Amino acid sequence: RSLSRPRTEVSLSAFALLFSEIVQYCQSRVYSVSELQGRLADMGRGVGASLLDLLVLREKNGKRETKVLNILLFIKVSVWKSLFGKEADKLEQANDDDKTYYIIEKEPLVNAFISVPKENSTLNCAAFTAGMVEAFLTHSGFPAKVTAHWHKGTTLMIKFDEAVIAR
Amino acid sequence: MSRQSNRTTDNKKMNSELFTLTYGALVTQLCKDYENDEEVNKQLDKMGYNIGVRLIEDFLARSSVGRCHDFRETADVIAKVAFKMYLGITPSVTNWSPAGDEFSLILESNPLVDFVELPDNHNTLIYSNLLCGALRGALEMVQMAVDVRFAQDTLRGDNVTEIRMKFIKRIEENLPAGDE
Repeated sequence: RSLSRPRTEVSLSAFALLFSEIVQYCQSRVYSVSELQGRLADMGRGVGASLLDLLVLREKNGKRETKVLNILLFIKVSVWKSLFGKEADKLEQANDDDKTYYIIEKEPLVNAFISVPKENSTLNCAAFTAGMVEAFLTHSGFPAKVTAHWHKGTTLMIKFDEAVIAR
Repeated sequence: MSRQSNRTTDNKKMNSELFTLTYGALVTQLCKDYENDEEVNKQLDKMGYNIGVRLIEDFLARSSVGRCHDFRETADVIAKVAFKMYLGITPSVTNWSPAGDEFSLILESNPLVDFVELPDNHNTLIYSNLLCGALRGALEMVQMAVDVRFAQDTLRGDNVTEIRMKFIKRIEENLPAGDE
């Protein structure tokens, strides 16, 4: 199967229903919100790792990024466009810390159909996307931790390892 | 799915690769969580069933398909409308049983299995079993009890992917006993 074949599409409802089953399944096997997010992030990491090669090949002719800012822009623009049909809303660097960046998304796709119960209000299914971004960065040679937070919509907080910024 | 979300997502499409890989991540996770393939197949079927039960409402709201008068019409709607709408493919309908209560869907390509290779130690895993559950669940909501299973699968070395569907019975809408 050709990697550069014209993109095929499936219905958003199909994805929404599948994702919701995944969240429910994970929920049935964990005891806390943080465990649940951990599980979602794990699954996201798996997806991200497989997508990286495909997207690099297709969008960038197989060329890899070596600069932090460029890889972040690649994620914000190309990756987001091809996965979610639009760019991420914002990319920001923390004022007080050069290792920390934020990708801000007002209404992330994975949260569109999930209503968060009050007693678990810290839950953010964007943990799945965070895992994806983390795998993307790590496998591109920029080890990082990515976590999802409720802040100006959903914010993915990216914390690079010391070594990444030092070089 | 609620009416509201229907409106906002009116037949929106998305990248199938994200869908495919997300499904892959689910199957991988299930393989880790359960001891054997049989359990994974069962779990996939169960999740598919839950999806089907909700999917049918979405489907009936979007398509203007009315009630199917016989199983042949049902087959056509599944292959030509439903598969197209949700997965972007149109399987062919073949191998009708003489009684007209059994047929096969032949999938030229299965969006769930792009990029997938089954490792040897999972040779009894029915990778796309979620589809069977979804078909069963959706049809049950329109009062049809149907047996759905994979008869052939390209992932396991067959030439085509074939889903076999067998009509079992019409589900009567019976009132609970003593509630007349």
